[in-house]
Amino acid sequence: MGAKLDFFASRKGIIVAGGIIGILAPILQKLGNPKNMGICVACMERDIAGALNLHRAAVVQYMRPEIIGFVLGSLIAAYLFKEFRPRAGSAPVVRFFLGVFAMIGALVFLGCPWRALLRLAGGDGNAILGLLGLIAGIWVGTFFLKGGYNLGRTQPTYSSVGWLMPLTMLGFLSLMLIYPQIPGQAQSGVLSYSTQGPGSQHAPLAISLIVGIIVGFLAQRSRFCTMGAIRDTILFKQTHLLSGVVALLVLAFLTNLVLGQFSPGFKEQPIAHDMHVWNFLGMMLAGWAFCLAGGCPGRQLFLAGEGDGDAAVFVWGMIIGAAFSHNFGLASSPKGIGPHGVAGVVVGLAFCLFVGLTMRQKRA
Amino acid sequence: MELVDARGLSCPQPVMMTLEAIKRLGKGEIEFLVDTDTSKENVMRLVQSQGWDVSGLEPDGTGYRIKIKK
Repeated sequence: MGAKLDFFASRKGIIVAGGIIGILAPILQKLGNPKNMGICVACMERDIAGALNLHRAAVVQYMRPEIIGFVLGSLIAAYLFKEFRPRAGSAPVVRFFLGVFAMIGALVFLGCPWRALLRLAGGDGNAILGLLGLIAGIWVGTFFLKGGYNLGRTQPTYSSVGWLMPLTMLGFLSLMLIYPQIPGQAQSGVLSYSTQGPGSQHAPLAISLIVGIIVGFLAQRSRFCTMGAIRDTILFKQTHLLSGVVALLVLAFLTNLVLGQFSPGFKEQPIAHDMHVWNFLGMMLAGWAFCLAGGCPGRQLFLAGEGDGDAAVFVWGMIIGAAFSHNFGLASSPKGIGPHGVAGVVVGLAFCLFVGLTMRQKRA
Repeated sequence: MELVDARGLSCPQPVMMTLEAIKRLGKGEIEFLVDTDTSKENVMRLVQSQGWDVSGLEPDGTGYRIKIKK
């Protein structure tokens, strides 16, 4: 009686989606992406902010095609399965700032939840602190959810609202084709391209884009969400999404073993620092903000692809948050946290507390 | 019949509202309005895990109307 869910809504479906992402990410790394950063939504949006010169950190500037692919893949899946629903209007400005502070927290740790899993799968023990922080932040967030926290309803809106983010991504792709990377040069037309550091390390454009589209498609169908995985386990003891996250971790670990990319330890890990307290607190801030916004950074991109204008605002919050992070010395580097990273985390935690306490609907 | 309108609400609100309604009523019939396929799947998954049956699922506007009973 209509109660059957399609394949990707089943447990097998989410495991397949998580597993494929787990295999593809280390392969992207093998093909040129930075170490333990086959896919990192926060890092890649940070690189996009750099490519657009919103910040001038010379080592992290590249228009990452994976992010473009995530949104376009989700858009394609949403249209094929008649799930494109243009909608907006659920406290956009709050979502923008949640994105800003989520990014500030993620860049103190140096990665989004996806990269935390990929770092662990590559042997980086510091990722354990990040993941514990992520769980702690989401756990705190669930108390606010139980207390009636709610950003309010979205409204159906014009198709063009839902198309804005995919069109922006097509614009970014066009810029990459109009102003392609010139080897050894840091600028090509309006785009910046790192000549050294993580921003200079990338898989070929076409491969990055295709993998991005595949991941976007799978994630839209399966609703893959790292934050939701932890939240649902805490809140409802439901492990549906968690099984996808575990599949990602296990398959990424096995793929790293096969590709010779596994190197266990805490010291000298690629694009990571070992300041445990700040790895924990940075990700705690990010996890709390993701929980209040209703999705991890990857999920926000997929939602933006299926027409959610508020998720698009969150994505822009993260991109601008990356610019703040690098312009104001909030972001960490392999040497440790930035000069103002502590202040960034403290202000971010205060912001989440303010939003969580004040945006509550009384329960009937 | 109890009607729960979860349209326009993002994760995990529709599931929380479903759980609340199920716990409050114990048994009977409940109708839900949701506006995305994600919410539809999440509500149905929770309902089934709580031992309720989905007795009806039909399109409603741009979303769905889900009926459950126990």
